[in-house]
Amino acid sequence: MLLGRVIGTVIPCVVYEGLRGVPMLVVQPLDREGRPRGRAIVAADPTRMAGPGELVYFEGGREAALLLEPSFVPVDHAIVGIVDGFSRAPGGTA
Amino acid sequence: MIVGRVAGELTSTINHPFFDGRTLLIVDRETPDGEPTGDYLVAVDTVGAGRGQRVLVLDEGNGARQIVGCSTAPLRSVVVGIVDALG
Repeated sequence: MLLGRVIGTVIPCVVYEGLRGVPMLVVQPLDREGRPRGRAIVAADPTRMAGPGELVYFEGGREAALLLEPSFVPVDHAIVGIVDGFSRAPGGTA
Repeated sequence: MIVGRVAGELTSTINHPFFDGRTLLIVDRETPDGEPTGDYLVAVDTVGAGRGQRVLVLDEGNGARQIVGCSTAPLRSVVVGIVDALG
């Protein structure tokens, strides 16, 4: 899993039946210090609670499909949860 | 598997039910000779690793599902060991 920041939402007018009603969010992957890294992606949100600006952690590949019920709908990224906080090792930043 | 160092713990109350009650660790990846690579990952802890400890992380879904004993677990990264020494 990696950290990400929700930066937007995607509202499809036509979508594969397994994804009907599944929120789609634009997520900017972050590095460990919370800085943007790499390109933004679209991730399904099975928690249905993440909104723009929130810090989330997400998973890719087969595990993303498993996060959605009924699982195995065609998604390659999905949000696992919303980050409440970190407890860091001494000297760690962000 | 990869070697890494526990940088901290991530707390989350809104998440997929599978992760309820599981400890999530932020692990900085290291090369096999212990040099940080600049990458990190968030992994589920299964061995009680603490901050600052060097750990062994399994980063593959099927193995992770076997470890937690659930064939539909949406899980890929699992801390499976605490490293005493790298030779």
